[in-house]
Amino acid sequence: MDIFAISTLLATIRMAVPISLAALGGLFSESTGVINIALEGIILMGAFAGTIITNATGSPLLGIIMAVVAGIGMALIHAIASVTFKANHIISGVALNLFATGVTFFLALVLTGGSQISVESTLPKFLGVSPVIYVTIAIFFLSGFFLYRTRLGLRLRATGEHMAAVDSVGISVTKMRYLGVLISGALAGLGGGYLAIEQANFFTKGMSAGRGYIGLASMIFGKWTPWGAAGAASLFGFSQALQFRISIPFVPDEFLQMLPYLITIFVLVGAVGRATPPAEDGNHFLKEG
Amino acid sequence: MAQDKRSEMDSDPLIRMEGITKRFPGVLANDSVDLSIQEGEIHALVGENGAGKTTLMKILYGIYSKDGGQIFFEDELVNIEDPKDANNLGIGMVHQHFMLVPPLSVVDNITLGSEIAHRGVLDREEGKRRIQELANDIGFEIDPEAKIEDLSVGVRQRIEILKVLFREAEVLILDEPTAVLTPQEVESLYEILNNLQEQGKTIIFITHKLNEVMDISDRVTVMRDGKEVGTKEIEDTSKKELANMMVGREVLLRVEKEEPELGEELIRAENLTVTNDEGVELVSNVSFSIREGEVFGIAGVQGNGQTELIEALTGIDKFSSGTVEVQDSDLTNVDGKRIREEGVGHIPEDRLDRGMITDFTVTENFVLGYHTFERYSNRLFMKLRNMDKHAEEAVEEFDIKTPSTKTLAESLSGGNQQKLIVARELSQQPKLLIAAQPTRGIDVGAIEFVHKRLMEERAKGKGLLLVSSELDEIVSLSDRIAVIYEGEFTGMFDADEISKEELGVYMTGSKRQDKEEVRRKALGKVTLQE
Repeated sequence: MDIFAISTLLATIRMAVPISLAALGGLFSESTGVINIALEGIILMGAFAGTIITNATGSPLLGIIMAVVAGIGMALIHAIASVTFKANHIISGVALNLFATGVTFFLALVLTGGSQISVESTLPKFLGVSPVIYVTIAIFFLSGFFLYRTRLGLRLRATGEHMAAVDSVGISVTKMRYLGVLISGALAGLGGGYLAIEQANFFTKGMSAGRGYIGLASMIFGKWTPWGAAGAASLFGFSQALQFRISIPFVPDEFLQMLPYLITIFVLVGAVGRATPPAEDGNHFLKEG
Repeated sequence: MAQDKRSEMDSDPLIRMEGITKRFPGVLANDSVDLSIQEGEIHALVGENGAGKTTLMKILYGIYSKDGGQIFFEDELVNIEDPKDANNLGIGMVHQHFMLVPPLSVVDNITLGSEIAHRGVLDREEGKRRIQELANDIGFEIDPEAKIEDLSVGVRQRIEILKVLFREAEVLILDEPTAVLTPQEVESLYEILNNLQEQGKTIIFITHKLNEVMDISDRVTVMRDGKEVGTKEIEDTSKKELANMMVGREVLLRVEKEEPELGEELIRAENLTVTNDEGVELVSNVSFSIREGEVFGIAGVQGNGQTELIEALTGIDKFSSGTVEVQDSDLTNVDGKRIREEGVGHIPEDRLDRGMITDFTVTENFVLGYHTFERYSNRLFMKLRNMDKHAEEAVEEFDIKTPSTKTLAESLSGGNQQKLIVARELSQQPKLLIAAQPTRGIDVGAIEFVHKRLMEERAKGKGLLLVSSELDEIVSLSDRIAVIYEGEFTGMFDADEISKEELGVYMTGSKRQDKEEVRRKALGKVTLQE
């Protein structure tokens, strides 16, 4: 078997990119105490927007940028609903996921008459892999630095743990939360764009296939730290890479394809143990007086 | 320098609040209040819960907007709209509920919002250096890299004070700073406040503990029902006078206690031991017995096993060995419901954590823990009418200030929340009441009331196990007093044979009685003199 070959490693990384970006996005959002399960829908939206723009302009770079913009747009709706109007974070996220599923399928039908759209051009490979992979790795380094070493990063993390304390020293809780949510949208959008343009080379309905949720699982498994999230996402990436590479006699392939999802469940029930989420997760900020 | 300023009390005040009015829905929290603060003084603001002290200070600090009145700072009319404006004037506030982020470090917490950074990148080394400097100035040690969640309440409070000083505050407002502190921590807080005063800082502190007012402040302003009742120089007043001003009538600071009439043995606890997950004994081999009509007090510095003992007795935690019998029923390690069914009531130490659900209404909280009893539910349904009726009676009887029994418990003041818990436990007519810190954080009037009620229960032949960090309370209510130190009873006294000072010596572990003798006395057997 060649599961330990270099190709498996590369496949793992390729599979891990959208998951890890979603995980990091979730981390940014929850750093400020906003739960963002809309990541699933944001990936899908990013994938769709990226595909359409790539094909319309012939520029996969513009496609990727549009995927990020679409992600930010979705996240903005989530922020308006859950921060400004204090809607339940989960409900707002579910609504956005349903919206993304419906609208991408509908537009795909209207625009092309089918539910699958091929991507006509991709970014030039750098050392054999998509440049988005390098960008993702750089983003992880930058995020670690940003969250733990900068003023703004400290303020974001403080917001997710104790909003009243942040407010009491004159920092706007609302601004911090918007920032966290919008960054999460940009990252998951990038993940979606990569998924369609660089990895699959097509868009198809529902192609996010749980990557947003697995990203959130990675974030939890990684105990809300960027490197933990990256490690967990790689594990899920590996399990996805594996499903195409091994076949066990008498075991239907479908069971192997279940692997990432099974691992998600096992990880969440077992391995996480004592990880504590940010204290303000899902809370609303109600100012007194 | 501060001393000079204090001697010129007639000079212009540093802060003058005039005619401050603040309305909340249904309540006039501040009714045209005047307050003037001299530079360099320690000014106590006292009053019962709900008197409007905190509201007034939150207006000064810009958290609340005022509905009327003016604030002058150094004789200039100022407009304080948010905490930033207050900070710019050099006013800082240490909140009653700490504004600290538990998983973050001391340095991150203190600098948050005023971070030392170059192009957005934090300079933690510089932050640490400045924090050390500030801490040294007021005389204490601190580890700037420690996480808040690993620090004790006393240390957290110091960090709150440092946070205010870091923002270069000249005026510090402290909202009930001692409510959460142990007696030792209170002492070191006094030292810190004195050091700050020597540095020329002005301190306003809110409290309802009159001992503290007399100990530390230069002047005191009393508030009642949203109004200012008067301001006194500390030399010209007394605890008695202040208590009367606060409550608006004569207050008994001493509890009137009749001779005990002891009946049957109610509870017999032998060799109780509680160990934590690591196997450390938090309560070691504690034995005692309480009879009808008797108050058994446990004195001790917080954290010496009282909490663990009470929690195991009331079914929250478990004993690793020992037995508890309440009138022939074995209640060792049974659940809380069974304990209540046997007629043992419990006023928990921490009312918010263990005593109530603040999102529930007054009525719901009133039946909490007793909701499965026949009078409040049958097998399927709650008996809502009964619940309401009983809650209303209790609100009336215990004078709980609430708009209605349907009000959420969270909107009650701390004192009224405590009264609600006391009302719940006493209304169920327990044979034995386990009361931990029954008057923590409540005001003079309410303390007097709770003490009176507890003594009435004693006169009715109920038993009471009392744990309190207030020595006054232990000494004045108890018939017998056990001292707990590092999980063991180290002394056992009749209340009339021991002074507070002597108890203090045992509480700090400097002295202890013979183990066997303590055990015998605690179990109520006659001591055999050798």
